Amino acid sequence: MPKVVTDVTCPFCGTLCDDLEITVSDDNKKILSVKNACAIGAEKFNHTKEPGRVTHPRMRQPDGTFKEISYDEAIDFTARMLVKSRKTLMYGWASTSCQAMSIGHEIAEKVGGIVDNCATVCHGSSLIAIQDVGIPSCTLGEIKNRADRVIFWGCNPAHAHPRHMSRYSIFPRGFFTVKGHKGRKIYCVDCRHTDTARVADTFIQVQQGYDYELLNAFRTAARGGPLPDEIGGVPKEKVYEVVEELKTGRFGVIFFGMGLTHTLGRNHNIDIAISFTRDMNEFTKFNIIAMRGHWNVTGSGQVLSWQYGFPYAVDLSRLDKARYQTGETTSVDLLTRNEVEACFYIATDPGAHFPIAAMISSSKKPTVTIDPHINCTTEISDVHIPVAMVGVETGGCAYRMDNVPIETRKVVDPPEGLLTDEEVLTRILNRVNQLMEEA
Amino acid sequence: MSEFLIKNGYVYDPSQGINGERHDIAVKDGKIVESASSGATVIDAKDKAVMAGALEIHAHIAGPKVNVGRWYRPEDKLFHSYKRGESTRIEGGFSIPTVFKTGYEYARMGYTFAMEAAMPPLYARHVHEEIHDTPIIDEAALPVIGNNWFMMEYIKNNEIENNAAYVAWLLRQTKGYGIKIVNPGGTEAWAWGLNCLTIHDPVPYFDITPAEIITGLIQTNEFLGLPHSVHIHQNSLGLPGNYTVTLDTLKLAEGHTAKNRFGRKQVMHSTHLQFHSYGGDNWGNFESKAREVMDYVNRQENITIDTGNVTLDETTTMTADGPFEHHLHGLNHLKWANVDVELETAAGVVPYIYSPNIKVCGIQWAIGLELALFSKDPMRTFITTDHPNAGPFTRYPRIVTWLMSKKARDDQIKAFKYSDKVVDATEVASIDRELTLYEIAAMTRAGPAAALGLSQNYGGLAPGMNADIAIYNFNDETTDPAAIEKAYGNVAFLFKDGKICVRDGVIVDPGMKHTFWVDVKVKENKQVMHDVREKFLKYYSVNEGNYLVPESYAPHQHVIALDATQ
Amino acid sequence: MVEKITLNLITCRSIQQGVGMEAGKTSKKYFDACSIIEMHEDDMKNLGILKNTNVRVTSATGSVVVKAVTTRQELVPGLAHIPMGPWANRIVSAYTYSTGEPCFKGFPVEVEPAPSEQILSAVDVVKDACGLLKK
Repeated sequence: MPKVVTDVTCPFCGTLCDDLEITVSDDNKKILSVKNACAIGAEKFNHTKEPGRVTHPRMRQPDGTFKEISYDEAIDFTARMLVKSRKTLMYGWASTSCQAMSIGHEIAEKVGGIVDNCATVCHGSSLIAIQDVGIPSCTLGEIKNRADRVIFWGCNPAHAHPRHMSRYSIFPRGFFTVKGHKGRKIYCVDCRHTDTARVADTFIQVQQGYDYELLNAFRTAARGGPLPDEIGGVPKEKVYEVVEELKTGRFGVIFFGMGLTHTLGRNHNIDIAISFTRDMNEFTKFNIIAMRGHWNVTGSGQVLSWQYGFPYAVDLSRLDKARYQTGETTSVDLLTRNEVEACFYIATDPGAHFPIAAMISSSKKPTVTIDPHINCTTEISDVHIPVAMVGVETGGCAYRMDNVPIETRKVVDPPEGLLTDEEVLTRILNRVNQLMEEA
Repeated sequence: MSEFLIKNGYVYDPSQGINGERHDIAVKDGKIVESASSGATVIDAKDKAVMAGALEIHAHIAGPKVNVGRWYRPEDKLFHSYKRGESTRIEGGFSIPTVFKTGYEYARMGYTFAMEAAMPPLYARHVHEEIHDTPIIDEAALPVIGNNWFMMEYIKNNEIENNAAYVAWLLRQTKGYGIKIVNPGGTEAWAWGLNCLTIHDPVPYFDITPAEIITGLIQTNEFLGLPHSVHIHQNSLGLPGNYTVTLDTLKLAEGHTAKNRFGRKQVMHSTHLQFHSYGGDNWGNFESKAREVMDYVNRQENITIDTGNVTLDETTTMTADGPFEHHLHGLNHLKWANVDVELETAAGVVPYIYSPNIKVCGIQWAIGLELALFSKDPMRTFITTDHPNAGPFTRYPRIVTWLMSKKARDDQIKAFKYSDKVVDATEVASIDRELTLYEIAAMTRAGPAAALGLSQNYGGLAPGMNADIAIYNFNDETTDPAAIEKAYGNVAFLFKDGKICVRDGVIVDPGMKHTFWVDVKVKENKQVMHDVREKFLKYYSVNEGNYLVPESYAPHQHVIALDATQ
Repeated sequence: MVEKITLNLITCRSIQQGVGMEAGKTSKKYFDACSIIEMHEDDMKNLGILKNTNVRVTSATGSVVVKAVTTRQELVPGLAHIPMGPWANRIVSAYTYSTGEPCFKGFPVEVEPAPSEQILSAVDVVKDACGLLKK
């Protein structure tokens, strides 16, 4: 008899929907159907059905082909690489559990690694801004229950966080928001007329790269100051009008994404968005939330913070203290400046998502990648260690974009013989300890 | 397990009335025993003070707001990292140390237990993840309930039994220890940008007052017979003239009787009272009302308090009192972080510099000390810094020094830029009292253990009790303030569960920490389970099935099981 | 009509990119979703190309061949989008302004028709740059 696993948490994006229902064959081996997930989440669970999954570690040969090796060999290679390298980039972590991260950090402390997560190319700018000006924020349930003014700025949840709008931000009826969508005014600020813009009541098309100027204008308008006729392609009348509407709301929120963090100005764009939010609290209740991307990139930031005090780019290479300096200990900078001696990637694919200059540097160094699937990084690594998919084939703690911790579940067995991240990392740690004692 | 005999020490144990007498303490299998066999390892404690491991009753050391403090203040790590030891993890941070440093620092000062004072239920898993990673010390966490929607609805309808069933359910879900109230009603109001500044201000929409919330939760607490009393951070924290609100709140404890099997006698713990003992009506005529407040506390045996001593450091304030942090940000304009938590609570974080060059900070410093020095019952008065709000817990050695030495206090008063104004607005300069080690032991060991319902096994050195023992290089003869501070900050030995974890201030063993939580059995309550189901379906953003913190998150859990079905 | 056109490029997520990523980096879904450049119709007209023509996109950092398409995520003339992925990253500058964050959005590129050039696969487009592609 197939069985249904309920309350399943989706390991794709920072929305971390936890209401999936997954039907599994009675031998626990196959996913038969996925309910409640978005297209991307469904694809992730269904992917387990695809043939051709790698089930053994692989080592790249001089001719560029890969040869299967045992876990023991792969772990020994990895441990030796880590012990030998004086500075290892240990990047990724956004798609694994907090428990696995903890083990990874212990390894990094031993061998002098630099632990960085996907925030480094994603919401790193936001983290820098929050370190500068703080952040007034709330959980997503607060939005559902109270928000009547919702702004999406430089983000496109219709594509990147598909169920965000129906679960939290636009459509749901909550305690004080019994009218649901009808009781909310939705704004979208973007340089493209996106699918998110289509569901907004008001679309404000900002010229690409002019978000800082426009946010500055919002701030000025909130304080009743004068504006030039046009700001980033937006007429000043529009700015005054929108700000007045925001002030008449009872509870407002800004969701922002890569449109702010990636464009010129980076952290300064977030800084002023936060400052605007803070100013708005003089008039009404206002919050701001970063649309975190990977399902557990937030978790990596949390674990690093409680263990070392910094949310990403944590340099442990001095062995006795943790350091953090963006631009210096951040992955892309470390790689382009050729400052690391080896690369250790886990639960991520920098090959696909880092600028090519960084990956050219990476490909010249001893590299180990731990990932369930073949991807752009595994193919330029020396060793690829396949593992069970966290959130599908093994569980563990994850943190949602609003920092709420939610457990991911194991719904099916991993393919025969496949280890989990936690198991692989524990074995690497043990091997590192052995090698260091021998030395 | 190994056996120890601690010889020749001066023992300070208020739980047995032992005041500095020489006593040998024997330890076997993690417990204190009557006598040791000849094979026991002898620890020479000559000229040293021997006390039970200290218990921290109120600190913010694990969880979401603490971690915001850590990561949004990289500057807090500058200059404050330790060289890593042989068997320890990397340490970092000053006002909000990392979990590793937190565990080590408590242990170095002789602490073996710490209460995380504010756990937002929705974030309970996060709190427990941090507790899990904090070495050596035992920990527990108090879920914040003073602005919880379920609670407000039950209490408004006078349904104490339903509220009790809900609280029991919540403690089990969150692996919590007791009932924490923070700015009752005010934090819910803050979700609309408002506040409740007196105990009679109605909560928007919910149509209930802070006074009703507090009373209802005291009744709930005693209905369940929890080990700890309700633990309250009152309305109007940190505002000039708030001592009247404080007295109004404390009076709510009158007429209630503690009902529990742990020997706890009080029904209310009023926390960080320093922040609530302010006179004047603005920062210009701001003054101490510690005497007025302590006069009441000394008379009213139904309550315990902790001080919340200002340590005169740069620190990071953090509290579930969301509106207060917004107010504080308005005063100092430093970076403000806030998180409102659906149906439950909120929290804010703002850095703060308690400068000896600012008059108000000097007065706050004085008030914290006055509370302890005016106390007639050290068993009901506990030392805290409301870490990290009034200062980091790592300053306990300095606070103990101020309390034990008038000279140390006078030196500090002299060092203030506005000494005269501080002296005018307070009484600290005219207090000659110097606390004894016996009184310090009551305020940090026996007292908090009793208030937490743990006095059967913790906070004392009687045979049968847990072998959590701190041995310090000082005694009642020690008068040099610098020597007191140094000794209190670096235990000669710390035994945790009968094992030596610290020796001469150096961590030698990661110990075996326990997470304490309270599991109360209540009568099956269909109404409450129905309400839970409905609220999760309609208003929470997580599924009910994902709310529970599994027991695997509580390492070596110490479950206090209660039966409230009778 | 011109031989080359200069556009302002951004790289973003798209739902097809997300689905493709989960289907696998070597999947057709991923290839179809990410080895494209979304352009405004006016810009295509200007360049004299039809939808689904291969084009070469060149920035100060590098050059890559992708397929020109139109999109529902409406662009203004002069603005173009390549979904985040290895093709986009061949032309994204790694300069981070000391923030750690590369220049993923808002940089000038030249687009020219390249109807006879092949689009490399996701893995090959990375290997090619790293000198690991066997020719």
